[in-house]
Formats: sequence, structure tokens, C-alpha cells
Amino acid sequence: MGFIRRSVLALATVAFLCGPVFGASDDAPGIEMARQATKGKELWITADHSKFDVLKQPFTKGPEVTQACLTCHTEAGHQFHKTIHWTWLDPKAEKEMGIGKGGLVMNNFCINIQSNEPRCTSCHAGYGWKDKNFDFSSQKKIDCLVCHEQTGTYKKFPAGAGNPAPPPGMKFKGNGKYYKSPDWNKVAQSVSRPTRANCGTCHFYGGGGDGVKHGDLDSSMRMPSKNLDVHMSMEGQKFECTRCHTTVKHQIAGRIYSNPAATDRKSLLEDDLGAKIMCESCHSATPHKSEIGMKLNDHTDKVACQSCHIPTFARELPTKMWWDWSQAGRKKDGKAYVVKGEWGKPTYMTKKGDMRWEKDVIPEYYWFNGTIESITAKTVVDPSLPVQVSRPIGSSKDSKSRIMPFKVHRGKTPYDIVNKNMIIPHLFGKDEAAYWKGYDWVKASAAGMAYAGLPFSGNVGFVETEYVYPITHMVAPKDNVLACEACHSKQSRLSNLNSFYMPRRDSNRVVDAGGWFIVIASAVGVILHALGRIFIKGRKED
Amino acid sequence: MALTHHHMKKIYLYSRFERFWHWTQSVLIVLLMVTGLEVHGLFNLFGFERAVDLHNTFGISWLVLFVFIIFWLLTTGEWKQYIPTSKKLFAVARYYAVGIFKGEDHPVHKSSGAKHNPLQRLVYLGLSAILLPLQMVTGLLYWTYNDWVAYGINFVSLETVANVHMGCAYALLAFLIVHIYMTTTGHSITAHVAAMFSGWEEVPVDYKVEEWEVHKKS
Repeated sequence: MGFIRRSVLALATVAFLCGPVFGASDDAPGIEMARQATKGKELWITADHSKFDVLKQPFTKGPEVTQACLTCHTEAGHQFHKTIHWTWLDPKAEKEMGIGKGGLVMNNFCINIQSNEPRCTSCHAGYGWKDKNFDFSSQKKIDCLVCHEQTGTYKKFPAGAGNPAPPPGMKFKGNGKYYKSPDWNKVAQSVSRPTRANCGTCHFYGGGGDGVKHGDLDSSMRMPSKNLDVHMSMEGQKFECTRCHTTVKHQIAGRIYSNPAATDRKSLLEDDLGAKIMCESCHSATPHKSEIGMKLNDHTDKVACQSCHIPTFARELPTKMWWDWSQAGRKKDGKAYVVKGEWGKPTYMTKKGDMRWEKDVIPEYYWFNGTIESITAKTVVDPSLPVQVSRPIGSSKDSKSRIMPFKVHRGKTPYDIVNKNMIIPHLFGKDEAAYWKGYDWVKASAAGMAYAGLPFSGNVGFVETEYVYPITHMVAPKDNVLACEACHSKQSRLSNLNSFYMPRRDSNRVVDAGGWFIVIASAVGVILHALGRIFIKGRKED
Repeated sequence: MALTHHHMKKIYLYSRFERFWHWTQSVLIVLLMVTGLEVHGLFNLFGFERAVDLHNTFGISWLVLFVFIIFWLLTTGEWKQYIPTSKKLFAVARYYAVGIFKGEDHPVHKSSGAKHNPLQRLVYLGLSAILLPLQMVTGLLYWTYNDWVAYGINFVSLETVANVHMGCAYALLAFLIVHIYMTTTGHSITAHVAAMFSGWEEVPVDYKVEEWEVHKKS
């Protein structure tokens, strides 16, 4: 039927040159649904927390607030204990494998939290995860406020294992900022559904600073312009994170470990339930209107929406792209120092080594089925190649895989030369073994590996590593999407994905050479024939 | 002029629809050639996106036109003009290779029963029975690539389809060059082209049409 329609359209063709408008139109069915859900949000709120007596008692620390919350929200504690915001472990993987940042998975930023807990767990939605003895079964250790408070004044201390600064407050040497102790009653009475600011408290600052990790999530996403994010912009839909990262019993849709965040690429337009984590959940698999749009829609089975609609990431703030730990430890006049480069970002730190930041970064593209595979500190690696500490899984042959944009963070991180596995170094702490105290890789590695219960040969080397982040935020307005030529050209963005034929990028040398040979031979032939006719005829008339 | 010693007469050779389909097809083929080569990456004229879109539209238009052409050929019996023959084939080939330079007469003249000389019959038959259908089938496959799974097409790869389509395009381009050049070989440089517009062709009065050159209208 599509064929007949297209054929009829095709016959009426030539008027077509000044053609139709391209792009997702404002009448996408999902937009109406999103409007219904976001409009009248206030009507959903049936409780004013400032009127609850239980929240007026004199709190002195977080766990007391949590206990008060749990008196009404009786099931919230059980629910939350099962989520990765609490466990930091992949619920689908076996616990011994240690998949998840709370386990033995490596990254190439600060590498692993084991033995470094107080610094890393300042982003944990809990209080006091300072070492491996943390009681994960205690409900009162849950930090409800970090996700739900709405005053914007609640700050955890960066090296406080998830605790805010004790009264009256403390200065953090790492950034020179002063952290006030919270007004517990005020923040407790302000609670509501999480906003961008709540999620951003941790997710914009992953890796210890603004935009360090993701590249598509940084503080510019708190109040983004329409150019930066067409869904979240203040001029547009004003989506909160929870609009797409829908939540059931505190389980928030969207994590990616060894299992895909969403397996069904189904449109939820028909049944307004379920996780709205995919673009298609609202936009369907045929989001483009117009005649040209039909060809664009043909791409949605192979190309993730993000690939065209997020032309670059880190468009307003820089993100870290390279981190070479092997250069750490150099001192000036016996002291640790920092060199700052463009945008005021550090390019060298004695504590961390060489770093490179980039803005407006062109993503790298990989086939992706929604799964990211990570190695752990137990994995045997091949140091002759860059070690993929995490990598996207997928292939052009797999019908569930699509081409997806990624930030690839590269760097050099320590590994055990003899045992051929990545090292968990003990970085943070007041003891001499901590690298940031003693600047000794062997001691720091020995301490970190012993803490994690893993063998260590005593030989530290550095190997190049790669860590991937799917780029899925910072969706540009339709006027700024990638042109077809970005991929369909000899200088294709997809030049590394060569297991399939792509029009204009690929061609067959034999066909092209043979083809041009017969074309040119024909042209030369007729020219010679014509010259012959003119020349011989001319001579005859003499 | 070599044929000036002949008395010429005008015969009505190409009907209105025949001229219409010839020129519409030629325009479509040129547009397909331009947009197709742009899609292949030879130059930038419309931009890839519009080139693809135009190419698809022109391609489908051509397909529809082709159906009408075939229908017309079958219902009018004009398909018989394409029956290949070996008679005078060598003579015609020899004429273009040698005779034309010596000012000889073309061994075959047009008549309503035989619009095409034996060489043309062979070339046009190959074109309309093999090259054009192959180009259309591969083009259609290329265009419907995303529906292959639904159609159960798994015996061919996109790469193969694209390469055959490209190969046919080069062959068509070569044909086009020779075809256009051949229009200049009539009794005047523009005679054949003019006939393709007006329908009227000039042929010598004294030319005796041989039996094979006649087919009964049915």
C-alpha cells in the first residue's frame, strides 16, 4: 500500500523540487501525552510536607530525617534497598562478579571505589559508606533528601562518605569551598519529586567535577537552552529527568550495565504505561513526516535517534577526554601543583597526571544493542592494545543493534605487569600508602589490591585504556541535526564501522573503474568517429 | 551531402505517444544519471538528501512510465520492431565502421514496418529487455532495502544490489553517449532528432523495402 501511495506521489513528481519540510513535527503523538503528564503536576501533590509534625522535630543528622520519612513511607526503605542507587551493583549479574561501580568494575577516571570510599561515596544516596563494613541492610542509612529536597541548599561533603558537613560546616581542601551543615528541618519539609537539580547533584559532577565523565550531562543541563536540549529546555517542554527516566517503586529506568536499559524497542503510544526510556517510546519508530521523512524513517531500525540528533556533545561546557595517570607525581619545589589550561580546567595535576578537555566533541559511533560490557580488576588484559575497560556490545548483523554515538574517554591507568590485570590503587586517605599522600604507586597499589582481596605482584605499569559513555542527552533542535553527508560520504563519521555497505561512503573499485572505462571508451570512440567523418569527407571534397 | 542524389519523401514514423515516451524517458534518465552520480559521490549539486529523494522519485516515475510503454508496445504490436535479425546486420556494422567515411549509402532505410535497422534492433532489445529492467529491479530493491526482511528477501546483499545498479548506470551512460552521437549520422546532422520531435522522417523515394523489414500490423 505504501508502494502505491508512493508511486502516485511519484507521478506528480516534478512539482516536488521545491519540496516538503523535513523533521519531526509538533503533532508527534508522544508530545501530547507528555504534555498531559507534565501539565497540572501540582494537582498530583496531595501533601504539604511542611505541615507534618514528624518533620518539625529537632533533627541533628540525616538518618533521623530518614526515620521520620519512613514513618509514613513505610515501603520506601525496602524498595530503595533493591535499587542500584543504593547497591551500586548490577542486579542481574552475580554478586561475586562485582559488576557495578560498587564492585570490581574499573573505569579510567578515579578507577575504583575500593579503599577510596569516603571520597567516592559522597554521591551515594546513603549516609556513611566509608569502608567495606557499611551496613547495606540499614534503612536509616538511606539519604532521602539528596534526591527529594527542593531548597537547593543541601550539600554532601565531597569527602564525607555521603554525609553533609557536621555543624557548623567545613572547608573542602580539594576545591577550597566551604560546605555548610544543612538546616535539616527546612530541607526535610521541602521534599517533592526529584528535579533536574536533584539528579544533577551527582550525575552532572561524576568523576569529581562538572562534566568530567559523561559529556552529555553537566551543569549546563540544569537550565538548558533549547539549542542544548530540545526536551529539557526552559523555552520548550521543560522536561525533568523523570519524564523519561520513569520510576516504579524507586526503580529508575535507564541504567546500563551488563543488561540493556530497555530491551523492547516498542512505542508506548498505544499503552501509556511502562518505562519511557527510549526515544521511540514517545516518538514511535516513524517519527519523520514528509516524503523525505520516509527515507529517514527507514533508518530507525539501524541508527539510534541520538546519532543524528546529537551532532556533538559537551556543547556548552568542556568534558574530560584524556587522563594519563602515568604522569602523576611530578612536583614543583617539592610540592604538588596544578596547571590550568583553556576554560580554567586542569591540564596537569600532581595528584592525577595529564588531562585533556574538549568542547563540542564529535562522538564516536558503535553498533550497540543496549548492553555495555565491563572488565573488572580480575580480568586478564592484553597490554599491547588499548584495554577496553568498558565497551558497547552489538554488531551490524544483529537486528537489535543500532549505531549509537559514544563518548570514549581514553587514558593511561595502572596495571599489574606480571599478573596482567588492572590495578585498584588506594588513592584517598590520610595514611602514607594513599597515593595522594605518599605518591608511591607500588604502595598505593599494594594497599588497594589488598583491600579488594586481590593478588598484586608488586610491578606497576601503565596501559592505555578506553571507557565508553553512550551519548543520549543534549538532543538538538531539528534544525541542528546532522546532515546526511556526515555519514554518507567518503569522510564519513562512520568510517570505523565497515562491516556493511553504505551508499556514497562505499563503492566497488572494479565496478567504478570498469564503468568509467566503458564510458570514456565510448566517448573517445565517438569523437574519433566524428573526426574521421569530418576529416575524410573534407579530403574527398578537395 | 552524401544522399543528395536521392529523391526524398517524408513518412510518418513515430506516433505521438512514442515521441512522448521517448523524450520523457530520456529526461528521466538524464535526471536519474545526475542525481544517481551525486548519490554515488561524484559531485555536489542538490545535496545528498535531496539527490536521494529526487532519484527515488524519478526512478519510480520512470517505472510507471515503463509500464505504460510496455503496455503500448504490446497492444500496438510495435514490439515486433524489436525482433532481432541477422539480415544486413553485418552490412550495417560495416557501414558505420567503413562505409560512412566513404560517403556510401546506409544499407537499410527506415520504413513504418522497420523503424530500426538490425543493429538498432539488437541494441534496443538488449536495452529494453535486459539493461533497463535490471536497472529497475535493482533500483527497486535498493529503494525497498528496509522492507527486505518483511518480503523475505535474504538471497542478496545491499552491496551486490548497489554494485549491479552502478554497473548498469555506467552501461547506460555509455549507451547514451553513443546514442546521442548516432543521431548525427542521418542525411543531415539533425535529421534524426527532428524526426523524433515531429514524427516525420525523410527516406529515399527509390528505396526498396525488403520482406524482412515489413511486419504486418495486427
